[in-house]
Amino acid sequence: MAELNGMTIAAARDALRKGDVTSVELTEACLTAVEGAGALNAFVHHTPEIARAQAAAADARIKAGDAPAMCGIPLGIKDLFCTKGVPSQAASRILEGFKPEYESTVSGKLFDAGAVMLGKLNMDEFAMGSSNETSVYGNAVNPWRRGNDEAALTPGGSSGGSASAVAADLCLAATGTDTGGSIRQPAAFTGITGIKPTYGRCSRWGIVAFASSLDQAGPMTKDVRDAAIMLSAMCGHDPKDSTSADIPVPDFEAMLTGDIKGKKIGIPKEYRMDGMPDEIESLWQDGIAMMRDAGAEIVDISLPHTKYALPAYYVIAPAEASSNLARYDGVRYGHRAKLSHGDGITEMYEKTRAEGFGHEVQRRVMVGTYVLSAGFYDAYYNRARRVRTLIKKDFEDVFAQGIDAILTPATPSAAFGLGEMSDADPVAMYLNDVFTVTVNLAGLPGVAVPAGLDKQGLPLGLQLIGRPWEEGDLLNCAYALEQAAGFVAKPGKWW
Amino acid sequence: MSIDRDTAAKVAKLARIKVEEDRLDALAQEFNAVLGFIEQLNEVDVDGVEPMVSVEPMRLKRREDKVTDGGMQDKILSNAPDAREGFFAVPKVVE
Repeated sequence: MAELNGMTIAAARDALRKGDVTSVELTEACLTAVEGAGALNAFVHHTPEIARAQAAAADARIKAGDAPAMCGIPLGIKDLFCTKGVPSQAASRILEGFKPEYESTVSGKLFDAGAVMLGKLNMDEFAMGSSNETSVYGNAVNPWRRGNDEAALTPGGSSGGSASAVAADLCLAATGTDTGGSIRQPAAFTGITGIKPTYGRCSRWGIVAFASSLDQAGPMTKDVRDAAIMLSAMCGHDPKDSTSADIPVPDFEAMLTGDIKGKKIGIPKEYRMDGMPDEIESLWQDGIAMMRDAGAEIVDISLPHTKYALPAYYVIAPAEASSNLARYDGVRYGHRAKLSHGDGITEMYEKTRAEGFGHEVQRRVMVGTYVLSAGFYDAYYNRARRVRTLIKKDFEDVFAQGIDAILTPATPSAAFGLGEMSDADPVAMYLNDVFTVTVNLAGLPGVAVPAGLDKQGLPLGLQLIGRPWEEGDLLNCAYALEQAAGFVAKPGKWW
Repeated sequence: MSIDRDTAAKVAKLARIKVEEDRLDALAQEFNAVLGFIEQLNEVDVDGVEPMVSVEPMRLKRREDKVTDGGMQDKILSNAPDAREGFFAVPKVVE
């Protein structure tokens, strides 16, 4: 058997049920791996006592024979999820010291199923970023390197800690959240699998809100089967989130047959971007050939409003963020600035928010404030919402033509160096999400699957986009792609 | 549409974020970079297109109008930077 912390959820589940391993053993192996991986800065709050107690309880439950698939599986939880009694600060200074009195619905469902929490994972502040460089905890680091070059690379963002931890085998899987690509881009940068389900599949209750009409939670895992297993455990209607869908959650794992004969896979011409590296283009072509060889029908399609997705996103997401982040005012939780003599409540708000929010968060809150302000609401916000309608219609049109799933690159490049983009203007960083953000705007499920390595030995991912609520079908296409790509590379351990 | 220093100061005020005087020019420039990018949306013909309200057509569930939760003042206050006598405490609001 491989090292215990290197196991997949499926393998661990089977071994646990057979009695070949205990959750306590799995958990100890992960805790040791976490201890030794400080250089990755993936885990930012460690919860070994909780983990050991949960593991012992899981072992008892498995022994009693009543164990769901996630029972005894050690996970990392993104810091965006509120976890009862455990620091949950969205990687922001403004939530320093905040310990929720409640559990997010998604993490609660996982723990009810018997999953084990090793700790909280690094991320971009309030999930705003694509490189994990806006975190109050400092950068998370990608376990992958360019050959023998020791330059530290980004694990992507915003779920950078989740991606780094899963890729480095610090945990069996992790939770992520995705507003514009924050599960899929880091998954692609670290050679793991990540799915953002249909908007409404997972409850958003207890997840620190960034852009409520776009945010969705999802699993980040070592392979597609694990994504299917963990997603089933995360989904479902929650009366506490009125946008969570009250529809049955299928057993996604049972839908993984690998048979995609006759499926129509759309290839959108608008995703062929100027200046896209040859390696991304050839990876995409390889993916197309793999799907065709597996029996799928490849269809050229057009999604004409693709180029307007990022600008629409950079109106809608900041607008929603400016509203959601208004609650951080130094009154109810988190940081409050020290006040000078004579300061009133307005000074308290202004100083608290200036000290508590990092630069990128401040910028987005202010951009959002501007596009919502009197006189500009129609010109920016309403126009962006109209464009969003058109972007969604692009997808509806191709699905109406019989397309089952759409294959695209996941990112426009491989992982870049930490600090490499620091002098670029903010828009250059935003381009990271160019292939993923359309999916959030249209509310669709999207999955990133590792499909190859570039010349420097870094992983590259492909993205499959599915019809709404058909994550099972989508994961099955991803499973076929995974089998054809045969991606098994792991980062060499240097940390 | 270009944002100047005064507009940047006004937006910062609306957002209740203190921005030092010497940061305002740089901030205005950053806004302009982002807004310049957003301007592309003006190329799109949106005549007769409804602004999106909900990404998946869904009827919100209704429930009986009754209290389902509450009675947890101590928990609500437990994370407050300043709580006194069962209340959140803030600097004086009214003269």
